[in-house]
Amino acid sequence: MASVQLDHVSKRFGSTHVINGVSLSIEDGEFVVFVGPSGCGKSTLLRLIAGLESITDGDLMIGDQRVNNLTPQERGVGMVFQSYALYPHMSVYDNMAFGLKLEKAGKETVAERINETARILQLEPLLERKPKALSGGQRQRVAMGRAMAREPGILLFDEPLSNLDASLRVQMRNEIARLHGRLGSTMIYVTHDQVEAMTLADKIVVLRAGHIEQVGSPRTLYERPASKFVAGFIGSPAMNFMAATLVDATDTGCRVNVPGLGDIDLPFQARDVARGASLSLGIRPEHLQPGDPEGDNRFDVVNVEYLGNECCIYLDNATDTFLTSRVEAATPITRGDTVSLHLDPQHVHLFDSDERALARTGADRQ
Amino acid sequence: MSARAIKGALLTLGFWLMVIVLVVYAVFPFYYAVITSFKPSSELFEVGYWIDHLDFSNYTAVLTQGSFLASIRNSIIVAVSVVAIALLLGLTASYALGRVRFRGRTRVMMLVLGVSMFPQVAVLSGLFEVIRTLNLYNSPGGLILSYTIFTLPFTVWVLTTFMRQLPDELEEAAIMDGASPWITLTKVFMPLMWPAMATTGLLAFIAAWNEFLFALTFTLTDSERTVPVAIALISGGSQYELPWGPIMAASVIVTVPLVILVLIFQRRIVSGLTAGAVKG
Amino acid sequence: MASHDTAVAGNTSRPSGRERGTRVRRRRVRAAWIFLTPMLIGLLLVAGWPLMRTFWFSMTDASLSQMGGASFIGLENYLVYDDGWYGVLADSLWWNSVWNTLYFTVVSVGCETVLGIIVALVLNANFRGRTLVRAAMLIPWAIPTIVSAKMWAWMLNDQFGIINHILISLGLIDMPLAWTANADLSMWAVIIVDVWKATPFVALLVLAALQMLPSDCYEAARVDGIHPVRVFFKVTLPLITPALLVAVIFRALDALRVFDVIYVLTSNASSTMTMSVYARQQLVEFQDVGYGSAASTLLFLIIALITVAYLYLGRRQLGGDS
Repeated sequence: MASVQLDHVSKRFGSTHVINGVSLSIEDGEFVVFVGPSGCGKSTLLRLIAGLESITDGDLMIGDQRVNNLTPQERGVGMVFQSYALYPHMSVYDNMAFGLKLEKAGKETVAERINETARILQLEPLLERKPKALSGGQRQRVAMGRAMAREPGILLFDEPLSNLDASLRVQMRNEIARLHGRLGSTMIYVTHDQVEAMTLADKIVVLRAGHIEQVGSPRTLYERPASKFVAGFIGSPAMNFMAATLVDATDTGCRVNVPGLGDIDLPFQARDVARGASLSLGIRPEHLQPGDPEGDNRFDVVNVEYLGNECCIYLDNATDTFLTSRVEAATPITRGDTVSLHLDPQHVHLFDSDERALARTGADRQ
Repeated sequence: MSARAIKGALLTLGFWLMVIVLVVYAVFPFYYAVITSFKPSSELFEVGYWIDHLDFSNYTAVLTQGSFLASIRNSIIVAVSVVAIALLLGLTASYALGRVRFRGRTRVMMLVLGVSMFPQVAVLSGLFEVIRTLNLYNSPGGLILSYTIFTLPFTVWVLTTFMRQLPDELEEAAIMDGASPWITLTKVFMPLMWPAMATTGLLAFIAAWNEFLFALTFTLTDSERTVPVAIALISGGSQYELPWGPIMAASVIVTVPLVILVLIFQRRIVSGLTAGAVKG
Repeated sequence: MASHDTAVAGNTSRPSGRERGTRVRRRRVRAAWIFLTPMLIGLLLVAGWPLMRTFWFSMTDASLSQMGGASFIGLENYLVYDDGWYGVLADSLWWNSVWNTLYFTVVSVGCETVLGIIVALVLNANFRGRTLVRAAMLIPWAIPTIVSAKMWAWMLNDQFGIINHILISLGLIDMPLAWTANADLSMWAVIIVDVWKATPFVALLVLAALQMLPSDCYEAARVDGIHPVRVFFKVTLPLITPALLVAVIFRALDALRVFDVIYVLTSNASSTMTMSVYARQQLVEFQDVGYGSAASTLLFLIIALITVAYLYLGRRQLGGDS
């Protein structure tokens, strides 16, 4: 069983708190991605699970065993490093076999395992080569093969694709996803790239300054971000935020005032919030639809980016609210136009002054 | 020609003159030793910059003397053993100092640096006693032991510099594979350290080959001496009539291999010297 | 060194919290000490213990044949009053050798530094055959000190030496000079040999520093039309000062303990006797281990003092520059 449980795990370097009481549970066979801006502690958290860093406080369980004091090998984890860190003087075969040989596995067992791993990763023709003679993508696969060779229950990836160019990155992303489907082992993956996180993960863990901001499926994170930070971090182009003031709140919803857009009724539970409190209204670019200008609702089109399958429209108004809208590619709107904007209340997010998302009213909950 | 062009030409000329002067300054003494060594004793005292024919009598004189061959053998035994010991101890120590953070590391580094700055005379009497106690007086063993004082700190220092440059992730990969520090050192790092070890070994070899004070003090008989001592003690009929021909022949014999080594491994030696010093 | 994000297995030099690192880390620290043990034992055997014994001998009446049965005589080897002052500190020959050592060090290291910078500047220029010239520069460094001393002794030979021959044919001198025998000249003979042998070392270190200099400083200076000599003193020299300080301390430490060149060129002559020659003569030739050890100890203290002072001043100077 290769489930992972973190219970109030903390890490301090001297007096610097890098990880602050993180609790998290990862199911066997799950693909979990740690994502966050640089310095959020995602790599450190991975290294704590790997056993490369010591846990200052809290418990780390793999299966039902507390592993705080076990070596990486005893934990049954394999790791793929950002720089691959292949042994330069060993052939591909020896790179992958190194761990097995240290386990004193028999010669046949080693050969069998390596051949199997090489077959899965399509490395068979390369087994005798040295890392120097491999391309970036091939090195990447060897690094994965080395991590897999001992058949660990958990595979760890530390930003494995960041050294590859864009097209290769998409290809390797696909291969990793397929590999996960095939091996069924638990995978924990660190990246700062939210696209990688969205495309690979069963479950995304958003980290910020050493604590977990939100855990959830890519869909949950996209559609129901728990905080303004997550809302802004996930999705590209990023979510639009507008300052709003609470006008009224009832059982079924609330009314907010947004400068330029006027009063809007929204399905949020805001009765605990004081009237007149300032809120933050968030809406994704694809849910912000432009129309003909009407009254105060006037936005200048600052720029239009044609992306082939869609257009991104950058907008500005008299109160200096900068917004992005995503529309179909065939839009007639061009730079210099003036438009009005319409928000679908179903897709609006509302955050309080602590940047926490307000709950939706029952009727509108999906 | 314009004044500027003349000035440029003069500068170029001056530069090449300078290069020639420097090369002559560096090479001429050795060149002069070589031609002296090929002169028969009758022509020795006529100053000349060139020789018409090679005369090997000085070389036969030196090489038929049994003790000089013994000295060469001793020098080789001592230098090779010293290099082997320094590399062995230096490699493990440099792993500890270069890759592991532990309490007291800086202090050990300072200790190593301190020992490398030791004046050798300061330990002469104490070392004399140690060597006599271990029954190593007048034997290559005593020299091998005593040379450790200057080869080991130097080797540790340079190897540590190189060890630090190896990527952290490589070692972490080995840890993930379940490698112990010893396995990491021998199976992962050592194969990558060969160039550094070659450089350090070469520098240690030269240092051991050239050492004089300990060799002079800790050996007594001709058969146990190393080459530098043997050359220093070659004497003629009287104090004022040194046999310069054989001395130069012996000098050339012990220097040529060294010069060839240095020319072949020029680049490595430069990198080794600067690695040792830049960190110092 | 590595930042927190990439450091190997925990990098708290002050372990905090209840658990002092992973087992991997503890195993590594233990391994580190095991790996260090052979070296530490080696250094203790050949450096630490002998140094302590030298200190001890300096306070005994030990002789070379009787090192074990020596008796403690306090500081008598250093200074004692017995109808007049005796001991190393009262020996004018000792003070003469201290002066010789300092004179030799300052002059030879000074020459080597200036010459080394010039050689490095030449080697730093881009010209055809640079590799060959650099190789030629390494030759003096590779030649054993004893051999270079012998070679120069032959070239400086008063009757048949080529140096005298050249100087006479150039008309610079009328009579051959007795370089190694003449007390006024012998120190210069020693310095000539040392400078010849050690300049390549300084040049190589300076060259390494020169090659790491940023080229944009020079381009800026050239654009501004500043004279090359001015550029050297205002830009190059300050930038290579750290490397130069390192080269100078290495060379100075070597020069302060100089022995072999002098032993070969001028033997035990008092005009070139240095501290090392003095100490060894007392110790080995006069067999007076106690007295010789006292001189060795003083030599050690003087060098330690100079090193500390130099490092202190060097650090202050570097601190002021940055």
